[in-house]
Amino acid sequence: MFAFVLRRTGVMFLTVLALTFIVFWLTNLPPNLEKLAKSEASVRMSDAEVASWLDRNGYGTPTLHRYGQWLGVVPGWTREEEGRFTGRCITGTVATLDDIPARCGLLQGQWGFSTVFKQPVADVIKRALSMTSWLMLWVMIVMVPTALTLGVLSGMREGSWTDRILSGFAIVTTATPEYVSGVIFIVVFASATVGISPVLAEMGWIEGKTLFQGTATSAMDRITFWNFALPVMTIALYGIGYIARMTRASMTEVMSQQYIRTARLKGVSFSQVVMKHALRNALIAPFTVIMLQFPWLLNGVVIVETLFNYKGFGWTLVQAAGNNDIPLLLGCSVVAVVLVLITQLISDIGYVFLNPRIRLS
Amino acid sequence: MTATPGTWDPTQPILEIENLSITFFTRLRQIPAVMDFSCKVMAGESMGLVGESGCGKSTVALAVMRDLGKNGKITAGRILFKGQDLTTMGEEELRRIRGSEIAMIYQEPMASLNPAMKIGAQLAEVPMIHRGMSRSGSWALARQIVADVRLPDPDRMLNSYPHQLSGGQQQRIVIAMALMAKPALLILDEPTTALDVTVEAGIVALVKELGEKYGTSMLFISHNLGLILDVCDRLCVMYSGEAVETGNVTEVFTGMRHPYTQALFRAIPLPGADKNARPLISIPGNFPLPHERPQGCNFGPRCDYFAAGRCNAGDIAMEAVPGGDRHATRCLKWQEIDWLAPPRAAKAREKLPPGEIVLKMDDLRKYYQVSSGAFGGGLTKVVKANETLSFEARKGETLAIVGESGCGKSTFAKVLMGLETATSGKIMLFDENVQSTPIQKRGADTVSKLQMVFQNPFDTLNPSMTVGRQIIRALEVFRFGDSDAARQARMLGLLDLVKLPRAFAERMPRQLSGGQKQRVGIARAFAGGAKVVVADEPVSALDVSVQAAVTDLLMDIQRENGTTLLFISHDLSIVRYLSDRVMVMYLGHVVEMGTTEQVFAPPYHPYTEALLSAVPIADPTVTRKHIVLEGEIPSAMNPPPGCPFQTRCRWKSQVGGGLCDRVMPPVVQLAGGHQIKCHLSPAQFAAMEPVIRIAAQ
Repeated sequence: MFAFVLRRTGVMFLTVLALTFIVFWLTNLPPNLEKLAKSEASVRMSDAEVASWLDRNGYGTPTLHRYGQWLGVVPGWTREEEGRFTGRCITGTVATLDDIPARCGLLQGQWGFSTVFKQPVADVIKRALSMTSWLMLWVMIVMVPTALTLGVLSGMREGSWTDRILSGFAIVTTATPEYVSGVIFIVVFASATVGISPVLAEMGWIEGKTLFQGTATSAMDRITFWNFALPVMTIALYGIGYIARMTRASMTEVMSQQYIRTARLKGVSFSQVVMKHALRNALIAPFTVIMLQFPWLLNGVVIVETLFNYKGFGWTLVQAAGNNDIPLLLGCSVVAVVLVLITQLISDIGYVFLNPRIRLS
Repeated sequence: MTATPGTWDPTQPILEIENLSITFFTRLRQIPAVMDFSCKVMAGESMGLVGESGCGKSTVALAVMRDLGKNGKITAGRILFKGQDLTTMGEEELRRIRGSEIAMIYQEPMASLNPAMKIGAQLAEVPMIHRGMSRSGSWALARQIVADVRLPDPDRMLNSYPHQLSGGQQQRIVIAMALMAKPALLILDEPTTALDVTVEAGIVALVKELGEKYGTSMLFISHNLGLILDVCDRLCVMYSGEAVETGNVTEVFTGMRHPYTQALFRAIPLPGADKNARPLISIPGNFPLPHERPQGCNFGPRCDYFAAGRCNAGDIAMEAVPGGDRHATRCLKWQEIDWLAPPRAAKAREKLPPGEIVLKMDDLRKYYQVSSGAFGGGLTKVVKANETLSFEARKGETLAIVGESGCGKSTFAKVLMGLETATSGKIMLFDENVQSTPIQKRGADTVSKLQMVFQNPFDTLNPSMTVGRQIIRALEVFRFGDSDAARQARMLGLLDLVKLPRAFAERMPRQLSGGQKQRVGIARAFAGGAKVVVADEPVSALDVSVQAAVTDLLMDIQRENGTTLLFISHDLSIVRYLSDRVMVMYLGHVVEMGTTEQVFAPPYHPYTEALLSAVPIADPTVTRKHIVLEGEIPSAMNPPPGCPFQTRCRWKSQVGGGLCDRVMPPVVQLAGGHQIKCHLSPAQFAAMEPVIRIAAQ
């Protein structure tokens, strides 16, 4: 077990390295840097001026060298100008380099300075992640039990009416992307002019103009059912359909196994057959799918947070990308990659515990 | 007549099936699976249901359990269990009977145990449901029953998961599970088919003993007539959904009164059958599909005694045979047939003298490296799959390789075919050393010379390619023929060779029966004029009546082409019937090798002796010693020191000085090239008694 985790962690580390390098390389392509120079200094710079600005701000060295600086394995650049020093690790200018650390990168905890938010990247990401983790938590709380219940209910009696109705529901939700379902939700539940809100307001059943709030901004301070239900449902709905389909397939397969017949012919009642004999076996396959949903949630989070103006990780990512905020973009990608890889590791380990037959190697 | 529970009179039958008919309703059509089936099982009696696959024997068993699925319906008849009609019972009442009054043991022990539940929990569940026992009480009972089915270390067993046990242990657990509530009726559906013969012998002995101990009645379903003779008091032979003959086991075995029963006995290799002098007689034609059954007698089209206009006129009822012990047959002509007449003389063939050496193996070894531990890593161990394998095979000879699962016979086939390369040693095919050449690097010529017939004909044909195309594909790979027309002609010639109609070239594999598919497999193997053919259990997946025909076909082709046949099998009856020489393997070692007569007569290697005694023989005149091997086959990963067989050998105590524990026995050469790997002295070998005796008639 320990050796396995160690090995996987090693592979994970390499993957992080490779993926961040790719992101670093893409965000540091010359046109991007030119844009950066123009937005940081002056829009009307000539090509020669851009080149000299980049050179003076440490962008002149090869990409790999700069990647090393960003990581913190290569000493940060410094430049002497009229007896004062500036450099990667220096804010403003200093007279002497003695108190300045040689390296400042990811490994030293220096994630850089966000050009959009004018704050250290680490702070921005920390705040955004705490926002998003609330969203994720609620999505999981809603999504996993609902999806598993739906899947098990429809899978335990294949071909029954319950199965057909629930499967139909699952297919519809999976076929609806977040940007469609989110908009529909807003129109139906959170619009003062269309949907059900005007009707309810007219009848005096709701206090405000709309049933749910169309924006989740207020949820950043205090989460309530009314401001958080729509974003949570938008993300969860998609996953519910997907996981429910998986659970159903796995459940129908398990229900047709011989050991289920054995249990039935032992005199075990149907509910006990499902609960004691089928469930654990049926959950092995969906478990992996649920863990795979985490990366997918990041995806949904980008759309939903933008749509509902909830300033979490997804929203921050969009801001960083839209404003060419290279350090923030890099920071976001590191977090995303690590998150995905950790869920994969948990999924693999959990699989071994659920399924006593599996050996990992 | 339906009695209330508790008022059942023990002199009445415990199970009485009256004119039962079962139909499966599919979208396409209605398929009658069982028609007009009747039988009675008295208390303490064991009833055998015999028949080929698709004859409806398992359907009867499931009908007794009332578990026919959504499509199956009982359309007529009654099933009385202790006087209560099961066919009209509600789900709740059935649930009370299932597992407590009637229990079932299944064919695949691995599949019938829940992989994610501990053995103990699965066993303890039964008394908890039916007797409301406490958790600790039922675990204690489970422990006792596990000891009763003679499993070692019951506490460890109860805390194991099914996959941690061997096949034989799993089946013992399934039996224990069935016995947890001390049922009145036990249904065993092919309980040993998936197991090795020596394991089978242990299970059969256990079932018989427990049946006597608890007075349980049994319904024993099997296709193996020998097993039925061992276990049952009465039997019922089924053919295509009908019972065709029923009666006392010895009476039916010695004085059968239905042509199908007779044909069945003539198609199985009993001691005394010989491929040259007394070949098997296969049943002509194929088993009718359920929706294509003929009018009148279902067996009519394949019957030697068929009388047109009479046998196919109308439904035939069961008729009692006077003077018999509830013996009955479903044949109109049973009083006219001369049952004692010898079978029509099949033509005896000359025995071929063996030719030059074609294949020679010298000190072949194959080791695998495996790692243990749930997350990989752990210790790396070496599995010795084949150890010091040396033999030679001559042209036109049949060499049988016998052994139970895990003995290394499949590894040997893989190494020979080039799917794996040997660790050391030499394989000489004619004058070419093919030992370290994997199959990708062998020339088309070598590949076509050395071919294989596989065990399962259902999986080895491409389902989306016509039969003809698949054979032509093989010819192309072997670079046979210079034009498409030549290959087409050769393909048709091959279909003739395996006695399939030429029209089959256009058919898809799914349109063929199992026997026909295996014929295609044989045609493909012989496509390039193979000189050596490895047949890996070529008939074990086939029904008895088809087995004989496929075996004969292999023999005929071999005779014509002078092919060397390496026949891998665990079925000693068929090995005795067709092979010239036999090689017995145990844990990767060749423990005995010699001609068929030498191996099947004393002196034996102790393992061969046990193997021979374990094979059930469907002939009441044969007596055989019962030697039940204790314990499990040791893991090849962790073989015992000294002799590989020492952990289970009954002769071990007769070898002095603890030799067996320490020293690998030498190969002892006996008269006529017979060799045995054993420490026993020549005097002890000479004193061995034969395992099988045929009573003088």
